[in-house]
Formats: sequence, structure tokens, C-alpha cells
Amino acid sequence: MPIEIDIAHVARLARLALTPDELDRYRSQLAVILDHAARVQAVDTTGLAPTAHPLGLSNVFRPDEVRPPLDVDEVLSQAPSARDGYFEVPPALEGA
Amino acid sequence: MSTWEPVIGIEVHVELGTASKMFCGCPVVFGDQPNTAVCPTCLGLPGALPVTNGTAIEWLARIGLALHCRIAPFSVFHRKNYFYADVPKNYQISQFDLPVCVDGWLDVTADGEEIRVGIERAHMEEDTGKSLHQGSGGRIHAATSTLLDFNRSGVPLVEIVSRPDLRSAAQARAYAQDLRALVAELGVSDARMEEGSIRFDANVSVRPVSTKELGTKVEIKNMNSFRSLERAIGSEIDRQIGVLEDGGAVIQETRHWDEEVGATKGMRTKEGSSDYRYFTEPDLVPLEMPASTVERIRTDLPELPADRRHRFGQLGLDSHLVNVLSGSDPDLRRVFDEAVALGADPVISANWITGEVTAVFRRAEASKAEVRIRGSDLAELVMMVKQGTLSSSAAKEALSGVMAGEGSPREVAEARDLVQVSDEGLIGAAIDQVLAANAEAIERLRGGEEKVLGFLVGQVMRATGGKADPKLVNALLRQRIT
Ligand SMILES: [Zn+2]
Repeated sequence: MPIEIDIAHVARLARLALTPDELDRYRSQLAVILDHAARVQAVDTTGLAPTAHPLGLSNVFRPDEVRPPLDVDEVLSQAPSARDGYFEVPPALEGA
Repeated sequence: MSTWEPVIGIEVHVELGTASKMFCGCPVVFGDQPNTAVCPTCLGLPGALPVTNGTAIEWLARIGLALHCRIAPFSVFHRKNYFYADVPKNYQISQFDLPVCVDGWLDVTADGEEIRVGIERAHMEEDTGKSLHQGSGGRIHAATSTLLDFNRSGVPLVEIVSRPDLRSAAQARAYAQDLRALVAELGVSDARMEEGSIRFDANVSVRPVSTKELGTKVEIKNMNSFRSLERAIGSEIDRQIGVLEDGGAVIQETRHWDEEVGATKGMRTKEGSSDYRYFTEPDLVPLEMPASTVERIRTDLPELPADRRHRFGQLGLDSHLVNVLSGSDPDLRRVFDEAVALGADPVISANWITGEVTAVFRRAEASKAEVRIRGSDLAELVMMVKQGTLSSSAAKEALSGVMAGEGSPREVAEARDLVQVSDEGLIGAAIDQVLAANAEAIERLRGGEEKVLGFLVGQVMRATGGKADPKLVNALLRQRIT
């Protein structure tokens, strides 16, 4: 059974501007992935604990100790634009 | 407007005061030069991997236990995906359906009434960077560019979500204040609202009274003080009631509190912006907290503010004194506890602590002078007044000597010659002397001239160099004359 995908919504969430051709192509590619996920979901997992992480480890902690941060000039030299010690980016609107 | 009932829930964000950040070793700083406490992890550079700060997780459990939450034996981190310039990875590491703390409560007193506010959850996440909007005085809408400082990015952040149990702006304020006091007491955050290390958002809706169904809720942000929190919620309640009474509908949205205008303002929001597509964080393994760890953290909890208020009440302090003493400096509260443990009267001790001791303490703090007073000093002072060895004015002088480091109250009283004579034999002898020299005055007193008694008391006080306990002099004089 084919899975309904709002491909335009998915693209918008990922901030991707796709052409109509691309929308079609990715819709069918994504459908294959979702179809596979649907098959995995169909497996009877009664009595099995969900897997939170494939490594099977827990509680990997580091002590609360400070390590020297990077040099600010080196950090900002990687940025397309910087001003007064800050990264500078196009104006951001809350929720936009 | 008694036909509408407000329903309010509060979300609190608390920055933990750990030495290092949540997932990297950068220092947690405030007010430093921008981008001087950053590394590949908190800048979201490709390939950098997070490693969990174990202390932050313990402190979250500490908060959770103080809020009577259940600590989950197993919990996991999730990615919350959204695009914003101050979130460099394009996701925030947070928790979703398996948070560390669930199902707690906090008792809050508002308008003299105690209410139990449910805590839905408290979870671990990381703070974002800080944005500064350039141009037109920093206003978002007219900004020409946005400046970013990532010093705050990755600072351990605890989010505490209450249940919608609050019914007025005043209750919401009381909850926020009590929660702040609790967090400060736990020593896990400096919890300074003005520095943003504790931040409050409110979810507000209204419904017709005695209905169960919740109205459409509005989230309010940008409240920078307890006063603005109370005003913002009050104004939003009024706005929603106005909309509903005009036959309109409340829209689910986020609104910003505008302090100057005194009203909340709707924000431009884009459809789908709240679709965070949470999924488990593949770079971090799950957290497990065995019962033994939970018990160790529980045992380490200090006395909580609500428990302390309750204890003060049981000592016989009235609600005003309970409030003032609860708000006193922790060192002074310790002096009070020690004095009471040594048998000093709790109400009298509390009056000394919240009155004269606090006054001297504040003066000393202003001048950076050291203040020396121990619980045993306060107990001795209270006892000396009770026994009549010190008059109340002499006790104040003795106290200032004690707090200046001159010794115990008894030592100061003796050195400064403040001790009151309460020895009945000594006073009696002085009275006999005075009476023998004033036979005429005695006759007038017996004849009903009451004011003569004052004259005789004065004579006795003079004879004792002003050190006799005047109350005792009065009583003994009357005994001898009548
Ligand atoms: Zn870092």
C-alpha cells in the first residue's frame, strides 16, 4: 500500500527549495524508505524492550572539568562574517 | 469577571552553575567577551561529539527530588530539530518521552492559601547561544543583521514544566518565586532572573467557571521579573476574556510581553514551526540511575524552603515572622536555629534575628566589616534579658558589641558596665536607705499621692548607680510601703 507523503512539507521543514521534478523524485525515494520502515514496524515485538541505542552502553559521563576553549580569533576566522567578536548573520526573525 | 476561570501552567528554564558545559569542557561563564568560551562541540562544527556532564545529571535529579518527582531509572536524550541562528547544530539536545524527572509537586502559599502545584516533568537540555539584533535599537523587526555569541551555547539547562494547576496571576507569581528560592537553596544555579539564569514562560487559557474542558492556550514569553510575570499573565487573562465575551475565539499562539505597553503582543509565527521531529540522539547513550544513587542524592538534600517555613510555624512564629525569617540571610537563620537548639525562646530569638541583628548585619555588609555572632551568643542574650540582667536597651548595646567581636554578651555587658542589678538583697538595702531618708514622701504616698512612687523609684535608681532593674525596684517598693 503506497504511503502518503507531504513532500513539500518535509522539504519546508528541512529548508530545502525543491523544483517540481525534485519533489516527485524525492517523494518516490522517500516512499521506499518509509515502506521499509513500515515492514520493520510490522514485526511482532511483544515483550521486547525498545532499543534506545545500538551500542548497548549507558552512563557515559565526563567529569565536570573545564578544558581550554578555542581562541576567539581562530573561531571567527572560519566565519563568512564577523563583527566585534560576534558571528554576523542575516537578520533572524523569531519563529521565521 | 467571575464567570471565567483562568488556567495557568508555568515552564521554567534553569541554567545550572556547573563549572563546564553540558556536553563539552568549555567553562560556564556570564558576561565574558563573546565567543571566548566555545569549542567545536558547542559551535556545532561537523564531526564534534557531545559527552554528557555527569554532575549536571545529578543536579537535575537533585532538583527533581526536591520537587518530589519520581526519578526515572532509564532515560534518553532526543534531538529537537529547528532552525534558528543561535542553535548552531540546527537541533537542540533535549529530552522527549523519557525525561529524568516526572510527576512531582511543590506547595506554594499565595494570598494566605496553600496550594499544591503539580510538576509534570523536569528534563535536561542544553542552552542556545545569544542573538543580538543589529540596527534600530536592537528591535527584531527592523534588524539589519544578527550578531551571535555562543558562550551560552551548551550550558546545562533544566526545564521544569508545571501542570496547569494555577488559577490566578498571583498564584503564578508565588509559584515562580518559590521555585526560584528552592533552586537557589539547592545550590545548583545562581537563579538570577535579571541575568537570565532562570527564565519563566507561562501557558494561559480561560474557561467558563465550573467547566472541566481547557480553553485554547497561549504561551507568553519575555517576562523579565516576577512583577512583569504577574502583570503579563493578568493582562493576558483579561485579553482572552475580552476576546471570548466579544464572541471571538482565542488563537493558539506565542505572545511576547511588552513591559512598556503593558500588554502581550502576538508574534509572527510560521505554520509548521512547532514540528520538531524529535528522534533519539544517536551520539549519546542512555542514562540509567540506580535506586542507590537516587537515595544518596535524596539524603544530601538541604532543608527545603517549604519544610523550613512549616518548622518555623511549629515553633510558634506567626506567619509574618515566618516570612521575614525565611527571607533572612542563611547565616543568620543558622544563628537562630542554634540559639533555639540551646533553649532560647523561638519567638524572642526570631525577633532579635529579623530586627536588631539584621540591622547590624546589613550595616556591616555595606562596610564589608566582619560580623561575629554565634547561636550561643544569641541564646545568652535572650536569657540575660529574660532574667533581668540586661534591660532591652542595654541588650541592644551588648549585641552591637558582640557583633563587633568584643566577646560574648556577658563579657560585653560587664566590660561596658551594662549589667542590671536584680539582686533583691542589694536593691532592698538601697530601698531601706531611701525610705529612711524620705519619711515625708512615704506619708504622702500612703495618703494616695501615686506620683511620689516615681520619685522614690528614681531615688533608688540613683542609689544603685542606675543599674537596678526598675521593674524589681517598683515591686519591692510597693511591698515595703503597703
Ligand atoms: Zn564547548
